[in-house]
Amino acid sequence: MKYLCLVYVEEAKFDAMTQAEIETIEDESLANDRELEAAGHLIMAQALESVKTATTVRMRNGKLSTTDGPFAETKEQLGGFVFIDAKDLNEAIRIASRIPLARVGTIEVRPAMDLLRKVEERPPR
Amino acid sequence: MQDAISAIHRNDSRRALATLVRLLGDFDLAEEALQDAFIAASEQWPRDGLPNNPSAWLVSTGRFKTIDRLRRRARFDSLLGELVTTLDENVPDPGDMSDLELADDRLRLIFICCHPALSPDAQVALTLREVCGLTTEEIAHAFLTSPSTIAQRIVRAKTKIRDAQIPYEVPTGRGLAERLEVVNQVVYLVFNEGYTASMGPDLIRVDMSEEAIYLGRLLVDLLPDPETRGLLALMLLHDSRREQRTSESGDFVLLPDQDRSKWNRDRIDEGLSHVQEALSSGVLGPYMLQAAIAAAHAVAPSAESTDWDRIAELYDHLVDLDQSPVVALNRAAAVAMRDGPEVGLALIDEILATGDLDEYHLAHSAKADLLRRLGKTSEARASYQRALDLAQQEPERRFLSRRLAETEDTTPR
Repeated sequence: MKYLCLVYVEEAKFDAMTQAEIETIEDESLANDRELEAAGHLIMAQALESVKTATTVRMRNGKLSTTDGPFAETKEQLGGFVFIDAKDLNEAIRIASRIPLARVGTIEVRPAMDLLRKVEERPPR
Repeated sequence: MQDAISAIHRNDSRRALATLVRLLGDFDLAEEALQDAFIAASEQWPRDGLPNNPSAWLVSTGRFKTIDRLRRRARFDSLLGELVTTLDENVPDPGDMSDLELADDRLRLIFICCHPALSPDAQVALTLREVCGLTTEEIAHAFLTSPSTIAQRIVRAKTKIRDAQIPYEVPTGRGLAERLEVVNQVVYLVFNEGYTASMGPDLIRVDMSEEAIYLGRLLVDLLPDPETRGLLALMLLHDSRREQRTSESGDFVLLPDQDRSKWNRDRIDEGLSHVQEALSSGVLGPYMLQAAIAAAHAVAPSAESTDWDRIAELYDHLVDLDQSPVVALNRAAAVAMRDGPEVGLALIDEILATGDLDEYHLAHSAKADLLRRLGKTSEARASYQRALDLAQQEPERRFLSRRLAETEDTTPR
């Protein structure tokens, strides 16, 4: 059986942390991914960029609607995910708009964050 | 020379910025580069004379200054070193770029500022900052908010552009029409901000209508789309009677009561030629139809000689494209002028029966006007009163109170 573990977090908490605290969490997260991988449990783990980078996409009557910000309705529930590779946000929006459920539901498009690269590119101290 | 440099600052700096954003791939780097280039210009130009192509000179100098600056920083950061190498190797000399390429950069800048993944507030602020070159203080002043709010909006938008990777490109194919619609909306929003806020002279406020018309002209120049041309015409024609819309005491002056000799003829002539050209494209759009309606008013020598046949016909087309009840209301008013108040009143009653405009004061005042023309004074008074109860803005309230009082005077005793 496969399970999706969704990570929810109040972003303001990150803003209140020191750089060292953030780096500790990043290191622990990557270490956890490696452990899961070694144990054969990991299919994929992915950090996301801030919710401030979110774009919401809907298709209604064949017309595309794109808005800034995350999905905010509470009466709709998460029904699945499609993890895509696109050259930029425009292509991502085009692909998202063709997901059939975009016609009834809402697709929140969130850029992935490359945590490994972020850790590697930390300025030397 | 100093005057020449500030003129170039005004006219060419935004052009240079548009190209620098593409070359450097980053708004803030591009702004810094442009600043460096102007510092260099203020030293070199007075000594060596103006370059033939100032914006190409600014791009070229700005780019070299950036490479220098990054190279110094790169001593401490190997990744910056990579960026410097790609910048150094892969970039053609801006002096060699064609006008077409440079024009494309300007369009790219407009389209990224008006990207639908940014909030409408951010689209407006970013466009005014990056395309029009206004300062955050000037934008804040125009929108009656604090400079820090505007600055925050702009920073947030730039962060999203970077982190979500919104591309610096001119959309093509089907996407172009959708994206152009957003650009037109932003321009019209800026225009309306200036148009409705023009209560009395305010010397400090930057004229937003002027900025919107500048954007409209720029767009029509770069991408001659009939609807954008229609929008430009609409703005010019509205703007031509801006001064006559309010009396010195700040009261509204309705179209029939305005002094037509004081309408701005240059604006009207420019607007009329754009309407004609937009309509000749053969594709009708909401902006160009509204512009055509404004044009019909603009060419009428007096209120009595207004061609209501034409205006009502244009509204027929407009309601086909735009099903909003407000458009239907305006059409009803035009039909009333053509076919008489009774016909118009029947249409307005039909619209009001849907309930959509129940809270809209102009629907009730339009109904009141027709009732008054039909001599149904007490019903007219009731509708004016309803409109007055709903109206928020002071000049509108004064206008409606005056109408209410006038209607009382004509009551037969």
